[in-house]
Amino acid sequence: MKVEVNISLKEGVLDPEGQAIDNTLRNLGYSNFHNIRTGKQIILNIDKTNENEVLKQADKMCQELLVNVVIENYHINIIKDK
Amino acid sequence: MRAAIAIFPGSNCDRDMAVAIKKITGKSPLKLWHKDTEAPNLDLIVIPGGFSFGDYLRCGALAARSPIIKNIKNHISRGGALLGVCNGFQILIEANILPGSLVRNKKLLFTCRETTLEVQDSIQSPFLSSFNTGDCLNIPVAHNEGNYIANNELLKELENNGRIAFKYKKSSEIETDYNPNGSLSDIAGILSKNGRVLGMMPHPERSINSLHGGTDGLKFLTKSIEQIVG
Repeated sequence: MKVEVNISLKEGVLDPEGQAIDNTLRNLGYSNFHNIRTGKQIILNIDKTNENEVLKQADKMCQELLVNVVIENYHINIIKDK
Repeated sequence: MRAAIAIFPGSNCDRDMAVAIKKITGKSPLKLWHKDTEAPNLDLIVIPGGFSFGDYLRCGALAARSPIIKNIKNHISRGGALLGVCNGFQILIEANILPGSLVRNKKLLFTCRETTLEVQDSIQSPFLSSFNTGDCLNIPVAHNEGNYIANNELLKELENNGRIAFKYKKSSEIETDYNPNGSLSDIAGILSKNGRVLGMMPHPERSINSLHGGTDGLKFLTKSIEQIVG
């Protein structure tokens, strides 16, 4: 089963990359936005079919390795096979 | 010889390149800041290596949208010569001045070492016309994202039109890691359609003094500048 983990910095944590992108977009003439934040996405292909179990395992993986829960938020999505 | 170096926040090879150019021409190159919207007519602009804008978003992506790039594009359309080294090469690609893409090194390691470059059978270019096909230069690389990739169509276009400038070369039959980043077809540098823009991962400015371990970079830059001046 395919699982998508979206990780972003918590509100208030300094995001220099977001600020650099903010500056460049303004230089390109865009101005109708504020507070750009960057993050990352990790796709996991887990060999399990039970959705609850997959969610549980992905959450454990986030806590153990994928996410620094002090400064980052995460959200797990299960991507259903088409 | 009117030369300039384009500098971005995070460029860190600008001074070395300035030293190399001064050593050859006797004159310090002009320094252009990334916010400069005006530049005099120049013969050569160099975009040096470094970590422009901290490599944020993608290497070279933010630098490629800086005000100076418009100047650089005008310089090319006037027929000026342009050299992008390492991060400079990444910037040229992000600015759509050169095609393809530079991605993470195949072994996921920052690689800093000497490489052997083989001059390819290329179109007329001031950077290569003093060299013969098959000539070799020992010039160091230092990068994390130097793995050049292109789709089949682009690779054919580069090969058939003599737009590959340098390839990493095996120094012996048994050598397996002669290519420091796993680039497609061992590509180390490519040219624009008219041959006047060169992007290359290796750093010629780091090989200009025998104390560097070699002077092939100086040889390359000297011959290029001689051709550019004409």
